[in-house]
Amino acid sequence: MKFLSEYRDPELVKEYVEELHRITTKPWTLMEICGGQTHSLVKNGILDMLPEKITMVHGPGCPVCVTSVSVIDEAVFLAEQPNTILCSFGDMLRVPGSKKSLLEAKAEGADIRILYSPLEAVELAKQNPDKHVVFFAVGFETTAPANALSVIHAAQQKVTNYSILASHVLVPPAMEAILSDDANLIDGFLAAGHVCTIMGMEEYYPVAEKYKIPIIVTGFEPVDLLQGILMAVKQLENNEYKVENQYVRSVLREGNRMAQDTIHKVFEVSDRVWRGIGAIPQSGYEVNDAYKQYNARFRFAIDIPFAEENKECISGDIMKGLKKPRQCPNFGIKCKPEHPLGAPMVSSEGACAAYYHYSFNAMEENIAV
Amino acid sequence: MCLAIPGKILVITEQLDDTFRKGKVSFGGITKEINLFMVPEAKVGDYVLVHVGVAINVVDEEEAKQTFNYLKQMGEVEELNE
Ligand code: SF4
Repeated sequence: MKFLSEYRDPELVKEYVEELHRITTKPWTLMEICGGQTHSLVKNGILDMLPEKITMVHGPGCPVCVTSVSVIDEAVFLAEQPNTILCSFGDMLRVPGSKKSLLEAKAEGADIRILYSPLEAVELAKQNPDKHVVFFAVGFETTAPANALSVIHAAQQKVTNYSILASHVLVPPAMEAILSDDANLIDGFLAAGHVCTIMGMEEYYPVAEKYKIPIIVTGFEPVDLLQGILMAVKQLENNEYKVENQYVRSVLREGNRMAQDTIHKVFEVSDRVWRGIGAIPQSGYEVNDAYKQYNARFRFAIDIPFAEENKECISGDIMKGLKKPRQCPNFGIKCKPEHPLGAPMVSSEGACAAYYHYSFNAMEENIAV
Repeated sequence: MCLAIPGKILVITEQLDDTFRKGKVSFGGITKEINLFMVPEAKVGDYVLVHVGVAINVVDEEEAKQTFNYLKQMGEVEELNE
């Protein structure tokens, strides 16, 4: 565990932890949505500071973790087309598809490039007029403006050898899917700060109202997370269910309108299959008709059979907050970051990988003491 | 890849019209070409939150520095090297 002095504001950390212990009288289960928050909670030892009555479960907010097997298969298919360059964020390469991962396709000779930004992919398309460049556009609402902008730029500059494979996912419908599950255990949500920097908070009010659940828009540093947890527990102890903003230094109620307009110019809301969870209606973005020339699914007329998920992986239960990574029989045995069975073991923002990296260290430290 | 990383705008490199702007942004010494379309109010010297090549918000300097240090310590800025 870290020394308190390493935090941004050690005094505040201490104050929040003490207040949490003081006010918590009943057991509460809270879910943080964003994988960056999961990583931060686990790595900074925050889970160990919380009152025993508070259980944190780790939501589906890691795009690497929720991209379905079939979409990985689509990406592999595109990468293996002649004269095609598939570009992706680095994290996606090791996610297993039904037959292979992108990394395996690359080893077999497919031209796959890791890029930092979709806008670089448009440049690559300009430099390679004899090839078709596809960007694997995964991500939550935070990433959607950049992916949309890449399409707009390509269109403006008349770059015709560029398209995107959109696999965008949206937070509010996933929250609703989790909350409407009969087995749901969650009493409160920490919503993802940077998603709300783009989208604002409006979409969360009806969710809080309908399910009578506190939703706190929260940042990802230890002080933010502790304050977000405290705000949620205060509401729960007082029988309240409001949307509150912990992350005021980055989130405006209306979000970034310019970014929202950019998204809506290129994307339309569509159904989406989430790895581990299944199909959630109206929970993703797909390229709209106006820009369909930039939709890789349309350009390549992809027709890939639906792939079943690996039954050994219980990531769906983990992302719905029903189980913890250590309750998976494969955790740390058949499934490790070097040989992931499921996607949450791939990315550092996946709950399984976060537990694997940090909890093991912490356990060893405790034993050593 | 989900988090946005703060950096400082060093120079505006391209301005096609009122909205289409690109600039060089420094992230603790690593410099990247960043699209500034969504932050029309940002000027040279300002700090912006950047996600996969696009600035999404203007932040104050102190906040930017603290957040950057935190992300670095968490290993979240490695994507800038890609
Ligand atoms: S430990 Fe591996 S197999 Fe088990 S839920 Fe996590 S990713 Fe899936």
